[in-house]
Amino acid sequence: MDIHEYQTKELFRSYDIPVPDGRVAHSGKQALAVAEELNGERWVVKAQIHAGGRGKAGGVLMADNLEAVEQHADKMIGMTLVTKQTGEAGRLVQRVLVEQAHAIAQEFYLGLVIDRATQRITLIASASGGMNIEEVAATNPQKVIREAVDPAVGLQDFQSRKIAAGIGLTGKQIGQVAKMLKKLYRCFRDKDALMAEINPLVLTKDGQFLALDAKMSFDGNALYRQPEITDLRDFDEEDPKEVEASGHDLNYIALDGNVGCIVNGAGLAMATMDAISHYGGRPANFLDVGGGASPEKIANAFRIVLEDPNVMAVLINIYAGINRCDWIANGIVQAIRDLAIEVPVVVRLAGTNLEQGLQILQGSGLEYIQADHLSDAAEKAVNAVKGAES
Amino acid sequence: MSVLVNKDSKVIFQGFTGQHASFHAEEAMKMGTNVVGGVTPGKGGSTHLGKPVFDTVAEAVRVTGADVSAIFVPPPFAADAIMEAIEAGIRVIVVITDGIPVQDMVRVKRYALGHQAIIVGPNTAGVITPAECKVGIMPAHIYRPGGIGLVSRSGTLNYEAVEQMNAEGLGQSTSVSIGGDPVNGCDFITIMEEFQNDSATEAVLMIGEIGGSQEVDAALWAQQHMTKPLIAFIAGATAPPGRRMGHAGAIISGESDTAHAKMRRLEELGVHVVKNAADIGKTVKSAVDSRI
Repeated sequence: MDIHEYQTKELFRSYDIPVPDGRVAHSGKQALAVAEELNGERWVVKAQIHAGGRGKAGGVLMADNLEAVEQHADKMIGMTLVTKQTGEAGRLVQRVLVEQAHAIAQEFYLGLVIDRATQRITLIASASGGMNIEEVAATNPQKVIREAVDPAVGLQDFQSRKIAAGIGLTGKQIGQVAKMLKKLYRCFRDKDALMAEINPLVLTKDGQFLALDAKMSFDGNALYRQPEITDLRDFDEEDPKEVEASGHDLNYIALDGNVGCIVNGAGLAMATMDAISHYGGRPANFLDVGGGASPEKIANAFRIVLEDPNVMAVLINIYAGINRCDWIANGIVQAIRDLAIEVPVVVRLAGTNLEQGLQILQGSGLEYIQADHLSDAAEKAVNAVKGAES
Repeated sequence: MSVLVNKDSKVIFQGFTGQHASFHAEEAMKMGTNVVGGVTPGKGGSTHLGKPVFDTVAEAVRVTGADVSAIFVPPPFAADAIMEAIEAGIRVIVVITDGIPVQDMVRVKRYALGHQAIIVGPNTAGVITPAECKVGIMPAHIYRPGGIGLVSRSGTLNYEAVEQMNAEGLGQSTSVSIGGDPVNGCDFITIMEEFQNDSATEAVLMIGEIGGSQEVDAALWAQQHMTKPLIAFIAGATAPPGRRMGHAGAIISGESDTAHAKMRRLEELGVHVVKNAADIGKTVKSAVDSRI
């Protein structure tokens, strides 16, 4: 789960991690009031959306006077910001962060991730701040330093000093950044984060270190024990259909093709999409119904898939282990009846209670296309779309 | 022969008296799995499905000699259950539970250091040695004894591969689903090492997916250490970057994470790569035949 920059910075403040003075605003007037309260002569106005690349898209603007703060905020709020991370549709800006601007001497990168290679929380740092860390790692791997944390003892001071020295800091600066890292690690661990990024960490001309931009994302599986993080979820930043699907315990991701997919298991769901594309079709979505799929769940899956107007055929591929083909078949029959489905439906069932499942489908008198295995199913679904197009 | 589990394995279920554990324990027993009991804290001393229930894993091990455990404990308590099994000396721990917080697994992996336990999962369909022992939630009837060692991240795609192999007349020595989480118990290499040392395994089929470098790491290992043919399929060629495809671990975060990049790299390393999801069985068959 992602949160906004201003929320991450509020969380940082509660851990005493230094961030620029600033507050969120929902209108030009509010932005002006915030800037008046902040000391200083220059301000920065930052659009708050869950996507990077804002600066190049006009979502981060400097203001040399109070009028400019109001103007920038008015311009940003209500606009649809298109960055290289948002896709063509962009994101609607509903609020801005207004901060005091600082004269910057130097920029660095600091990040914390759960690294798959070490299977541990790992600190990543670089003297190349403000840049995409993946690019730095690809082009100048020696400029990225890593330090894995032993979960039994937590981040040690020597590791923090090693990182600080590794990004070229000297003297008192080493202690300053080491302290900051320790707090950042504690925040990451306490809140069940998956990723925290300070990019850039800046050294101001008056010698302070500040988290100029801050990003965090959290483990969805741990939200049950993180109520204050759960409260920060912004549903406006998520695809409404994906939110609806997750409410029904379905895992749905919209894609841009026309073959709707209903599958159990993430791996089989991906393989089904791959098979559709192998036969020249394009999947309209990823959808995993998971284990224990009741007839209601299958009906909900149909409804969500068919809300996409591009869908010209639906492919159901269920390999029942923990699921049962008879329950799935009941769900399919119920959905085809209740939803008055007009597009062709290709059904491939296998596994537990297959015979009973097929009997239910064949006995229903409904029109559907039966497939015996994966390639048969993918090919029939692709042909059904071609038939519907011609 | 087989790997991890066989007809002599003594299996317990943690979270034994719960609905899912009960159903799958019964299914396992129907297949002939030697289920010796289970653990549900607070219900020790009672009997469930005709087997003894214990309060602690240590007690279950002491009384029954259990060496394999299937964990069906809910996510908030699962990490504790895994560590309890490790501490009690269980040799193979199969974690069926889906949705364990990642940082809990980071701690579990640290705890497991210095112990001999092999942890399979979490979020796995489990381990099955056909006609001998089932520790998981897979439909046992589709698996047939044979010479293919199967290791996958996904459960249902594992079933799909088995069905395609059945159509080619190929059975399995053992099938292991290692699970789809980013921090999990054992990786592909741990299981491949077992298959390499198993006389019943003639060839190994690895079913991976987008995200991470596990499949490539395994192929690099196999190039150095494995004499048996390795066949691989990577799911997710059509997955868009940056989106988590169901499994928490299945996300393309860089160029090397994509299915195509992984497949190319595996081919360079001498792996028989399956090009189309529907050709898994055929590719295994031709790899096995070409060796004779």
